[in-house]
Formats: sequence, structure tokens, C-alpha cells
Amino acid sequence: MGLLSRIFGKKSASPEPKAKPAAGADVEKKAETIKKEEKPVADKITVGHVHMSGCTGCLVSLADNYGGLLTILDKYADLVYGLTLADVRHIPKMDVALVEGSVCIQDKLSVHEIKEAREKAAVVVAVGGCACYGNITRFGRGGQPNQPQHESYLPIGDLIKVDVYIPGCAPTPQLIRNVCVMAYLLLKGNKDQQELAKKYLTPLMQLADRGTEACGCDLMYDVVNQGLCMGCGSCAAACPVRAITHEYGKPNVNREMCIKCGACYAQCPRSFFNFDVIPEFEGIMDAIDAALK
Amino acid sequence: MPLMRHSNEVREMAGELGKYKLCVSARSADKAILKKAQDGGIVTQLFKFALEEGIIDGAIVAGPGDEPWRPRPFIATTVEELMSSSGTKYNISPQVSWIKEATRSFGLDKIGIVGTPCQMQAVRKGQLYPVGLRDVPDKIKLAIGIFCMENFSYQSVKQLVEDHAAMKMEAVKKMEIGKGKFWVYGQRGQVVQLPLKVTHKYEQPGCHVCLDYVANLADVSTGSVGSPDGWSTVFVRTRNGDDIWSKAIAAGCFETKPIEQVKPGLELVTKLATEKITKNQKTVEERAKFGVNKGLRNPYLGPK
Repeated sequence: MGLLSRIFGKKSASPEPKAKPAAGADVEKKAETIKKEEKPVADKITVGHVHMSGCTGCLVSLADNYGGLLTILDKYADLVYGLTLADVRHIPKMDVALVEGSVCIQDKLSVHEIKEAREKAAVVVAVGGCACYGNITRFGRGGQPNQPQHESYLPIGDLIKVDVYIPGCAPTPQLIRNVCVMAYLLLKGNKDQQELAKKYLTPLMQLADRGTEACGCDLMYDVVNQGLCMGCGSCAAACPVRAITHEYGKPNVNREMCIKCGACYAQCPRSFFNFDVIPEFEGIMDAIDAALK
Repeated sequence: MPLMRHSNEVREMAGELGKYKLCVSARSADKAILKKAQDGGIVTQLFKFALEEGIIDGAIVAGPGDEPWRPRPFIATTVEELMSSSGTKYNISPQVSWIKEATRSFGLDKIGIVGTPCQMQAVRKGQLYPVGLRDVPDKIKLAIGIFCMENFSYQSVKQLVEDHAAMKMEAVKKMEIGKGKFWVYGQRGQVVQLPLKVTHKYEQPGCHVCLDYVANLADVSTGSVGSPDGWSTVFVRTRNGDDIWSKAIAAGCFETKPIEQVKPGLELVTKLATEKITKNQKTVEERAKFGVNKGLRNPYLGPK
């Protein structure tokens, strides 16, 4: 974003013109910066944040990358659409749509927008439990003012094809960050970087393929029942509502408390463990840190 | 296998021993730690050093639980707490379950964690794919892995000790797997050994798809195999692990011997690692055709 480079990149150079109140020079300087802002940075990707029925917690998580977010917007991505963040009314064409929230099927605009997002975006990422699995909105049954008829909420994957899942409630700033960096590498990187990004994103794409239902029960169905649980405790650590405890080394899910965000199963090393990526943790973490410096 | 090893060279082993920068046989220089230790007291000593130096604020260890020999994840922030958790328990302590809580309720900014190879895999997955581990990835400052052939549930260990070894859990002083046997030492000096043939069926099923023996993803990993009694084999793996290990050596925390000069040495470690991985790789493959044209899940292929 031109605005950001103006804030950060030009900070050190700015005091001089202020000290010299020569009107002509000042205007010239202004014209120069404006010109710079209009100039598109060729190798950035375009990203939009599409807001469905969600609490904005996912967007806050994205913002919680603080300086990292500014670097992402400065170097890697232009935010072309986003409630309150970009002054754009209609969903434009973009590389990556980060979709937050589930779709209320009684709300025509939401249904229209999610379809439009699919049409306009090359890659659709479901950010957070609601977009992936319905999450807390799975419990919605309508009756709330001022639209009591809004009662049915579907994960976006029930209406459109979704490419990548970032589960969790809220999804973590770090996973959103990692996916953003990887999406950039996938679309704009060199051959090696594209290869890495593809490998990194594969399990998150497989999660999107897996379906739109999640529950703490997944730990039973797909891990314990399958003879795969080894009692590491990742599920309990990942649970945002502390619904999971461990009894004699195995997860015990309090299903009344489970909000169906999908974090436990996705965090489990026995849901997916990609030997072509995770053992390279040191190098990948270094690379991500370096990318955000 | 080359026998000469140089400290600053990363060894890319074909897989079974993982990457490492250095491998030595070591034991703590602290008599009090050795007295309580399973072998060379590596984990307790390294955490003690890291705690005293401020490298970590606390460590997730397997502390005493509600029943005798039943561990639970415990956050040790003092040397005394560390000491009370030393020794191997041979049953499951879900170490990773506290990794987020450690940064919240306990306010740790720099976490140490000790765990089995699968738990190290969980930690690294959590750092690269932090689905539910907000702000945790960069707070993990020292991950120590322990060699592991398989683990048991608490009920399994209880059955082995009480039914097979005919000893009460609270009367046990130490348990050990070594020299092809499961050893149970009583408080009064009695020793019972069970052939591993007996213990195999009680193993945790989830261990049978594990493809890691020497905690390839830890910063530092350690275990008794390969070193003489009272010593431990230590692999220093990551840049971070190397940094902490060299500081600990410089501070005189450990006695070390080159791994080439001890018996049985790396040859045995490699043999056991290969055995475990070959056997479990076979299990993973057999699971694919477990039913009639239907199989069981393979986590290494994806979450489906």
C-alpha cells in the first residue's frame, strides 16, 4: 500500500521540507507522493476480506499481526476489498479472497456476495471456524431482532468451492500470516518457493476438501477410533473454550461446550502430519520471519 | 555409517536419526540430579541451566499426578519443581495440552517442554500450523525430546506392574526398559524383570504408526540407548539447541564423552531406530488395506 510506504518508508526523509516552508517545494513533494501511491507495485498479489456472518474476530486476528500485517500489505499484498478497511463497494477481481463468517441463506445479499467472491477470486480461503464449519453460528435458530427470520447459517463450503481452510475460533494471527506469505510465494515466488508453498498449503486444501462439518467428536471418529491417538495433548491446547481434557492420556470432549470450530482436529498431529514440510520447521520459520522484517 | 563426527557439521542422516549437529554421550555434573535421574539426568540438568540463565521462564515436564506413577503435565518454574519431576514414568503425559496455558495462566514468555518424539512432532506442527495456538509459536525456547520405542497407558503399566510383576504401584522405586526387558525395581530392593514379549500387547496403539525413535524434531534429544549405564546419548539438532547446549557445556553442566568412544554407541541407536521405523512403516501400509477394499486413515497422507 502506498499509504503505508509513505508512513514508514518516507518517515526519515520528511523533516526537511517541514523546516523549509517554501510553498512550491511542498506542493511538488505532495504531487510526488501521490504519484507514487497510484503506481501499482507489479508483483504484489491482490487480497480481499469478505465479511459474511461472523464476529469480526477473524479480521481482528489478521490485524493482530501488527507490524507483520503492515509488512504484508507493504510488500506482498494489496488489500482491494474489506469492510471498513478499503473504500470499495462491490467485490472486485482479486487473487485471494479471505472469507470470514458463515452464510445466512435467508439474507439475499450474503448469498449473492459469497457467489460473487467465488467468481471474482482465484483462491478462496475460509478464514476461521464459521466460514469453514459454521462454528458458533451452527447453533443459530433465528429469532433475533431486527431480522428474526435469519435462522439458517451455512459454512461457505456448502455453497461454493473453497480452496483453503484456516480453522479455529479465532484463527490465530500466526496461521493467517503463514498462509498469506505462502499464498504470495505460490502466486509470485520462484520455482522453489512455489514448491514449498504448495507443500505447505496442501493439508489446508485437503481440509477444505474434507467437508464442512467439524466437532470435538472428530477426535473420536478420525483419531481415537482409528487407532491413531498417542495422547500428545495438542487438541486440548488448541480448544478455544477448554472443552477438552485428558483422561489417562486420551482426549475427553465436553460436547456441550464444543463450539465446532475445528481447531482440535486440525491441530492434531494425527489428523495430518506432512513429512515434506514440518521437519523443515527451522528453515521455514526463518524464512517467514525474514519475509516479515 | 561414518564414525567420525565433527561438532559443527550438520549430519543429514537418511532419516532414522534425523538431522543433528552433534552427538555425544553425557551425564549431569550435578550429583543431586544424578541420584534421582533415570540415566544421565540430561533433561533435568539442561532445564535447570536454562531456567537459571533465563533462557526459559518455565518448563512443561511430566510431574507427579493423582496416582502413583501416573504423570501429568506440570509447569516447573523452580529448580525444586524440576527435580520433583525427574525420572521416566512409562505412561502418557499429554505434555502439549499445557503449551497454550503456559503462556496464559502461567504467563510464560519463554517455554521449555520435554516430550516424546510424537510430542515434538506436535510442537513443530503447532509452530508451523498454529491452528489453535495463538501467540505460542515463537515462545517455545527449548524443546527436549526423549527417545521412545512406544508408550503405555496408565492402565497398561498398572497391569504390567500389578498383574505381571506382582508389585503394588506405590511400592515401585523405578521402572526401566533396557537390555530387552521391562524392569521394575521395588522400594525394598526387589527387582522383577518382564520379557518385552509380555509388554508388547499393552502398548498404546497410536504408537504403532510412529516413524520417529530419537525425537528428530527436538532442539536436543536424549535417551539411554547407545550409552553406558548412568550416561545418556544426546543429539543436538537445531541452531537453538546448539546454542543452549554449548552454553551449558561452557558452564560445566555436563561431563561428555565422544559417542564413538562409548559402548554400545550409535550402532545400537541406529539399529533400534531402523527396527522401529521399518516395523511401523509396515503397519502404516497394512492399515491401508485393513478391511475388504477399505482401509484405516493414514495421517501422513492428509486429514481426510
